[in-house]
Amino acid sequence: MDSNTRNEAVLKVDGLGIDFGGLTAVNNFAMSIKHKEIAGLIGPNGAGKTTVFNMLTKVYKPSRGTIVFCGQDTANLSIVEMSKLGIARTFQNIRLFSKLSVLDNVKCGFHQSITYSPLDAIFKTPRYRREEHEVDRKSRELLKVFNLSNEADVVAASLPYGGQRRLEIARALATSPRLLLLDEPAAGMNPQETEDLMNMIRTVRDKFEISILLIEHDMKLVMGICERITVLNYGMTLAEGTPEEIQSNPEVVKAYLGE
Amino acid sequence: MAKSIFSSLFQNAQKRNRTVSFLIVIIAYAVLESMMRSGNLSSLFTSLLVPMTCYIVAAIGLNLNVGISGELNLGQAGFMSVGAFTGVSISGLLANTVPNDTVRLIIAIISGIVAAAIFGLIIGVPVLKLQGDYLAIVTLAFGQILKSIITNIYFGFDSAGLHFSFVENKTSLLPGGKMLMNGPMGATGTNKISNFTTGVILILLSLIVVYNLMDSKSGRAIMAARDNRIAAESTGIPILSTKMLSFLVSACLGGAAGALYGLNYSTLVPAKFDFNTSILILVYVVLGGLGNMTGTIIATIVLVLLPEFLRSMQDYRMLIYAIVLILIMILTNNEDLKVRMSRFSLKSILMRKKG
Ligand SMILES: Nc1ncnc2c1ncn2[C@@H]1O[C@H](COP(=O)(O)OP(=O)(O)OP(=O)(O)O)[C@@H](O)[C@H]1O
Ligand SMILES: [Mg+2]
Repeated sequence: MDSNTRNEAVLKVDGLGIDFGGLTAVNNFAMSIKHKEIAGLIGPNGAGKTTVFNMLTKVYKPSRGTIVFCGQDTANLSIVEMSKLGIARTFQNIRLFSKLSVLDNVKCGFHQSITYSPLDAIFKTPRYRREEHEVDRKSRELLKVFNLSNEADVVAASLPYGGQRRLEIARALATSPRLLLLDEPAAGMNPQETEDLMNMIRTVRDKFEISILLIEHDMKLVMGICERITVLNYGMTLAEGTPEEIQSNPEVVKAYLGE
Repeated sequence: MAKSIFSSLFQNAQKRNRTVSFLIVIIAYAVLESMMRSGNLSSLFTSLLVPMTCYIVAAIGLNLNVGISGELNLGQAGFMSVGAFTGVSISGLLANTVPNDTVRLIIAIISGIVAAAIFGLIIGVPVLKLQGDYLAIVTLAFGQILKSIITNIYFGFDSAGLHFSFVENKTSLLPGGKMLMNGPMGATGTNKISNFTTGVILILLSLIVVYNLMDSKSGRAIMAARDNRIAAESTGIPILSTKMLSFLVSACLGGAAGALYGLNYSTLVPAKFDFNTSILILVYVVLGGLGNMTGTIIATIVLVLLPEFLRSMQDYRMLIYAIVLILIMILTNNEDLKVRMSRFSLKSILMRKKG
């Protein structure tokens, strides 16, 4: 990657908004994320954070605004096309392929990068064998990064909570994204697990050279690893800046941190 | 490479189940075929063998769609019907050009598959956008409409070429001509060229197709789309084409089964492939266990043969049939029971002794 693209924003969102019937859930949301940046999206319950993720991945179609990803306008793209373009995510209420094995969950992430056809699979052609072998190797490597190697062949639903969250990240990374969206990755984790998670997120950013945007209520985690933070309140941007700026912003303290 | 105990158990269970399905088919074939050759099989029993293989093939296909993909498809008889009448017509047309029965049978089965695939594509596009009950209703309607259409087709050939008419029979053929489809009377005067061996080969091929697909990106996508639609799409798995694949494979196996079925009888009426037949195949799938091909094969064998075994018991026949239905359901689908049974397996007894 040349220096030109490195300085340019990976993601540039402007005037983003969505209405559900009469209710405006998010309005005039703007943010931009740079290459290899870890950014945070915080705000009180019901502020519209998850809704922003759903718009960025086209689970919801935005009512207004533009999402430009790596210089490309994404107005008419579908969920699948957003994934192909390089946005991957995890979900607040974990969404694994619960009856598939841990390993197969990760292999699903490689779906778009596999080129053999169903006929190759039926006849087990050399091309099928070669690509499956490669996917198996890469998937096991990812599991190793997330300490899931020993559980590779158990059913995803039987993983403990923390393991399921890590598996979701591994599966997202298998799509080789340029931007990873994490929706409350530390929810339900104890302090030790949260600490490990922070290190893991940094490692992921360095190893895979991607940008990360995360939603989190755990302020220690957010202030600890985010380089930039956007605060959302009632669907609107309340503040934007570095962790220090956010912590000392009186409006943010009033609306959120002070509780 | 050190693997956890968990992993080897999980993989072995799946592999064992697959091996068992092939073994059951091959052993059943060896036993039945040798009994048939030595004249130890009643003619009634013998006549059930080919239809049984047809239902197994159709049920394996449907199990991919209903059991593994999780779509309630009530139109499998419709695809059998398409395959059957296509296969019978093609076989009739080629009677003189391709005198070899086996070759003609293979061509007929392939045509049945192609025809079912075309119908699958046509109805799949609108149908697969629907979910749950709606999909069930539309596939049900497809079967019924198709039956009505086929009931009104008159199709024949003579030295002047092909003759086709719809709703009313206006086709008067020259001497030496032959009607292939005769409206409500269906196909008559068919050369019976199906046989048990071909049926068994078709079952083995169906198993290979389904198992190999399951082991590929397609199989993973099918299960991912079933387990969590939004997560699948966010992971780059297109839902529509994934569902289409399982729907089409199911339809194609239905078409193959239909062609084999149609060529097993000298006459075949369109009413044979009605809603009841779709439900019957669904019963084999559900009783055998969703996603469990071995179970499907066993359930189909038992339920096709059982009524004939019980013929002598007249009054109790349906009672016993019902009891067996319930027993199969419990044995193949009850997780608690499976766990309890596995404690008595040889392997677990050995492991307990060691540990
Ligand atoms: N599909 C929907 N239909 C109607 N309203 C919705 C829908 N999705 C979200 N909302 C509304 O949008 C608002 C924002 O919800 P969202 O889930 O984005 O909040 P959040 O910031 O993620 O909160 P939390 O911290 O609790 O996860 C809420 O008022 C919610 O009820
Ligand atoms: Mg949320």
